Amino acid sequence: MPNLKEVKTRISSVVSTQQITKAMKMVAVSKLRRAKNSILQMRPFAEKLNEILINVSKDLDADEGKGYGTEREIEKVLIMVITSDRGLCGAFNNNVSKRTVALIEENYKYQFDAGDVHILPLGKKGFDFFRRRKYHVIAKFTDIFRGLSFKKGREPAEFVMNAFLQGEYDKVDIVYNEFKNVARQVVRVEQFLPIAPDSDTEQLPGIIDYIFQPNKKVIIEEMIPKSLKIQFYKAMLESNAAEHGARMTAMEQATENAGELLGELRLVYNRTRQAAITKEILEIVAGAEALS
Amino acid sequence: MYLEIVTPDKKVFEGEVLSVSFPGTDGSFQVLNNHAPLVSTLAKGTVVYSSKELYEEIIIDGGVVEVLNNRVIVLAEAIIEEDE
Repeated sequence: MPNLKEVKTRISSVVSTQQITKAMKMVAVSKLRRAKNSILQMRPFAEKLNEILINVSKDLDADEGKGYGTEREIEKVLIMVITSDRGLCGAFNNNVSKRTVALIEENYKYQFDAGDVHILPLGKKGFDFFRRRKYHVIAKFTDIFRGLSFKKGREPAEFVMNAFLQGEYDKVDIVYNEFKNVARQVVRVEQFLPIAPDSDTEQLPGIIDYIFQPNKKVIIEEMIPKSLKIQFYKAMLESNAAEHGARMTAMEQATENAGELLGELRLVYNRTRQAAITKEILEIVAGAEALS
Repeated sequence: MYLEIVTPDKKVFEGEVLSVSFPGTDGSFQVLNNHAPLVSTLAKGTVVYSSKELYEEIIIDGGVVEVLNNRVIVLAEAIIEEDE
């Protein structure tokens, strides 16, 4: 028979665990709301930027204002892996890391064997994962998710864009969790650089006769980096929202499990208590009988 | 005309104004009502907009502006807050 005291301590420890998971879920819910909000905030900017970009590049020679679009033979590859800084969010980080490993295996085996696949992890979890496995990890940007803003988000993007322009890398991919809905995250692999050729440029209502200042070429040169940064920032926001979604689900599950466990433990506790009382009564009755 | 100033983080301003002046890369310029369609890059500097009842200045860290049919949209990369 289980010891009463033991069961009691277990119950109280499960209760406090449940309180923690419940609180974490609440926090995740409110953070998720904020994360979703900042995706919405960013959308008009991204859309407008895209629109202007399409408008400007419409009748421009294809190779003007580029540098970010140069296709080179792929020798050196950089993979940006967006994870979270903190754990307790289910398979969130694991999915991204695994996908990255698979991606290297599938597409960059040759480069990897030559030691030319580098990893730029964003978020502490990814950094730990790849360092432990002895991947070539370059500069780390951790702690960018707390109070995530475009200002913080553009730093890694600028770093990578510079490295690409200087020919340090021939291809840059981003691996991140896309936010589908609260319960679902989808791991996405996106080509960041060189810029993938646009497929759907033909949806604008017709060319507007703009005055371009200073001139088209300069505008394009200004805007392409901007739109790259936005693309990257979007991936970060998505991942951020997905993280909180994942944590919310994980914590809800944990709270539920703790509840179930508590039910079982309480049952055991009451049974044991009752058994002890019954035993005591029996003893008293037997004792009284022996006296008379 | 209708002015919108947006950054990736938030919408900074939205509303009717009478005039706006921008820090263009080639020097500052002003936009009034019924301006011809225009796209211009902006340098780091002050955007000043005013209407009958308001007059405001904000500092942006580069960006792009589009003027079309009395709608002015400023895409700024960041807003620099004063004395903060």
